[in-house]
Amino acid sequence: MASVQLANVTVSFPIYDSRSRSLKRRAMSMVTGGRVRSDPAGRMSTNTSHRVSIRALDRIDLTIEHGTRIGLVGRNGVGKSTLLRVIAGIYAPDAGKVEVDGKIASLLGGSLGVDPELSGRENIELRGLFLGLSKTEIAQRMEDVVEFTELGAFIDMPFRAYSAGMRARLDFAISTAIEAEIFLLDEGLGAGDASFIDKANQRLERLAAAAGIIVVATHSEALLRKTCTTAAFMEAGRIVALGSVDEVLKLYHASLAA
Amino acid sequence: MDAQSDVRPEAVAPEQRAGLRHPREWTFPGAAGLRDLWLGWRDYRELWLAIGWYDIRKRYRRSVLGPFWITISLGAFIAGLSFIYLPLIGANANTYLPYLAFGFIAWQLISHLVTDGCNVFIANASIIQQLRAPLSIYIYQTVWRHLIIFAHNLLIYVVIVLAFGLWPSLDTLLVIPGLILVCINGVSLGMLLGTLCARFRDIPPIVSTIVQMLFLLTPILWHPDQIPGRKMLVLFNPFYYLVEILRQPLQGQAPSLFIWGVASGMTVFGFIVALILFSRFRNRIVYWL
Repeated sequence: MASVQLANVTVSFPIYDSRSRSLKRRAMSMVTGGRVRSDPAGRMSTNTSHRVSIRALDRIDLTIEHGTRIGLVGRNGVGKSTLLRVIAGIYAPDAGKVEVDGKIASLLGGSLGVDPELSGRENIELRGLFLGLSKTEIAQRMEDVVEFTELGAFIDMPFRAYSAGMRARLDFAISTAIEAEIFLLDEGLGAGDASFIDKANQRLERLAAAAGIIVVATHSEALLRKTCTTAAFMEAGRIVALGSVDEVLKLYHASLAA
Repeated sequence: MDAQSDVRPEAVAPEQRAGLRHPREWTFPGAAGLRDLWLGWRDYRELWLAIGWYDIRKRYRRSVLGPFWITISLGAFIAGLSFIYLPLIGANANTYLPYLAFGFIAWQLISHLVTDGCNVFIANASIIQQLRAPLSIYIYQTVWRHLIIFAHNLLIYVVIVLAFGLWPSLDTLLVIPGLILVCINGVSLGMLLGTLCARFRDIPPIVSTIVQMLFLLTPILWHPDQIPGRKMLVLFNPFYYLVEILRQPLQGQAPSLFIWGVASGMTVFGFIVALILFSRFRNRIVYWL
């Protein structure tokens, strides 16, 4: 049984610019002192050593039981993606506890381990390895993945020759080729033509049916209503409402109108 | 507080991702780093062995000679150097040329482990930000890549051995423990410099400046006996020992016990220091990228 438990999870990102990151600057700031900034939501702070940081997640408590499909809604920059990355184990929280039970698959945007000089096939292999598959497991899935991308002869061309849509197909095909109990999805499917999006949605539904837990961050209400049983509304690094998709969407729209 | 509750969440994730039970928790200063090194070795060996090769292949994709350009360029460099240096210092080609070539092959490996050690995490930022996996993958990948390059450079060794009739002896096999020590140092350098450089971006240029200077200060172009007054410069130069444990076996000699001792001591000390630093900041690295 998969489960995800977050207790009092706080994540702050230190913001370094080229100046505060350098040794010289650091040595200088010991002598001269740094600057202080403030913002309305109080998410930026400057600590004793004058480093600016942004609180991306603020004391999040969240328990996701097996069988839950939860959608994260909220404006840009409220911490949806960060929350997914904390669940994925990429960011270790500054405070609080994260307990994840179950194998995770994720589609968090960006091109994982993609090398433009390598062919599509080699990239599939590379990413399969990053996802924790063995070479034999990859070889077994290779033809399925290749077929799913519908890239035909392009699969043996270098990745740099691909169009944005072709890249999206490859990304999606390999990321969804592993079975997992917990599936994390950030935003929609990016570039990709209508026929591919249909196909991708079907595959997502299959994955969703197989996975014990799904967490989706999205602005697409259609996707939310179709895949999710629950929704969480986030604002300024906090979960402000948790409930049925309809209720939460209503709250979200009200806040957008305000 | 029970044993489970002080398990840091980040320490739990990787093996679960791989669908494995997590081993007993270790709690000592280098534990987190050691776990990372172990998991990277156990679960991701296929991955870094593959990317190490990809790194080399893609650099020479579309070129006819491929990775042998590594060998050729080093060979050309050595040929050029000996052309100028032999008459300049009036050395005997039979002894000087192998000394120079083998020293340079060793230096290439060691110095690149230092300069690339700086970039282990920076160069893989986009993957680290997207995927939970042991960070040691990127360290092993770098060390492995330079081992492959070293293997290509051994072709120069073969050429010189044939040209000068230096038949390998049993002592030549000592190059293997030498390489193992150098690789452990490569891992330590990745942990130490990789972490520091992710945080402070001035360190890579500082390091490459120092390495450049050390090339001249380390006995590669010259022999310690030629400058007896600078004995200290040699004895306190850690690079000297690392070069010697590769160069001497390649020359068919056994390095002295003193050299082995200093090299091993340095390796152990460096590993412990690097491991403690890496363990302390491992979870912060992703925030720094």
